[in-house]
Amino acid sequence: MTELLVGTKKGLFVLEGDPSTGEPFAIATRAFAGDVVEYAIRDRRTGRYFAGVTSGFYGPRVMFTDDPAGDWQQGEGPAFPEGSDTSLERVWRIEPGVSEGVLYAGVAPAALFVSADDGEHWELNEPLWKERLAGSWNPGAGGLALHSICTWPGKPDTLAVGVSAAGVWITEDGGESWRTGYAGLVPEYMPEEQRAGTNALCVHNMHRAPLRPERLFMQFHGNVYRSDDEGGSWTSIREGLPSGFGFPLVIDPADPDCAYVVPLVADVDRVTPGGQLRVHRTRDAGATWTALGDGLPSNEAYLTVLRQAFGSSGEGRSQELYVGATSGDVWGSSDAGGHWFAAHERLAPVTSVRVA
Amino acid sequence: MAVVTLRAPLRDRVGGQAKHELPGATVGEVLRELERRFPTVTGWILDEQGRVRPHVNVFVNGERIREDAAVAPDDTLQVLPSISGGYA
Repeated sequence: MTELLVGTKKGLFVLEGDPSTGEPFAIATRAFAGDVVEYAIRDRRTGRYFAGVTSGFYGPRVMFTDDPAGDWQQGEGPAFPEGSDTSLERVWRIEPGVSEGVLYAGVAPAALFVSADDGEHWELNEPLWKERLAGSWNPGAGGLALHSICTWPGKPDTLAVGVSAAGVWITEDGGESWRTGYAGLVPEYMPEEQRAGTNALCVHNMHRAPLRPERLFMQFHGNVYRSDDEGGSWTSIREGLPSGFGFPLVIDPADPDCAYVVPLVADVDRVTPGGQLRVHRTRDAGATWTALGDGLPSNEAYLTVLRQAFGSSGEGRSQELYVGATSGDVWGSSDAGGHWFAAHERLAPVTSVRVA
Repeated sequence: MAVVTLRAPLRDRVGGQAKHELPGATVGEVLRELERRFPTVTGWILDEQGRVRPHVNVFVNGERIREDAAVAPDDTLQVLPSISGGYA
């Protein structure tokens, strides 16, 4: 049985089902009705569920529970310091850290918050915030967002984060200092003469390959990249994809050469190319890509898959994949994308998908 | 002390009680006292900078005001969601 956490514009849907049957999942519970759930995750170390929730009236917050069908509690923070003239706008991502009890929250406006007590209290990472204030970071269409958080297995002080639109930031001392990882990223959306040296680098998604942690994959604004030097420099692996534009990205934790993306036409037309939803997979670190679509919509399907709306569990040939669209539909695969089934239809627009 | 009236979902987050007598010389001070007594509404009406959230309306004796408005001991505050909030 798989438990799927689907964040939507109208609350969190917890779905349950057996993907090997190809039958739709059932709604086990719905939480935060009426609010946007931008992201939801279960910390598999503790079993605790977390959700980044935004009320159109009462603002954004991180909520947590040990039972998604029961009561959810509000942590203390994330909140910007009084006097900073900055207020939390949105919680983009919540990521378990390497050390016991540590979690990270990536938010808008772009900042990293850290919890050392399983999400009950959150503290702003001041050094990265100071970089933001000094660097005149610019927002993308979704706001100024820190949305990707890549931990390093066994190295709790090393972290790479992705910011839209301020590129890659790397720390190796637990967040005391940060350096950029800009080399090789080409902002084609800027005039050629302004590209060199700009920090307006619109990272859409970034994931680390845990078995080869110096390798990261990135979905960029108009390109797909790979880094083999801890995020310090980047090489385009767009060749073979129908488009370099897209938002989500998934890796296979057992195969450092494997990544999945969901291309959209372009920034000016953010829908699936040709009216077909296709997940594209590489198993050779981006040298070649294979379109996966058996069971996915193949006719007149002009869909948008958002940044966090692609999740997975397991690994290798039996890796489970789940992708959700703003149409409110979710599809799943229990064989690494070889075959797909409709996990649920007609939910609210999907903002995030994660396997519990 | 001023009386603050809450509706759902805020009322549900403070134990179901709609009316609260609270001290404070300004709207911000009264609402901070509400947060102090009920941490479950921290950040829901005021943001972390002490500003009334843009899609929340606070009325004092029927007049819509912001966080720095003065409050007299016998004033009545109502906290209501704005028609501009929510999502389609």
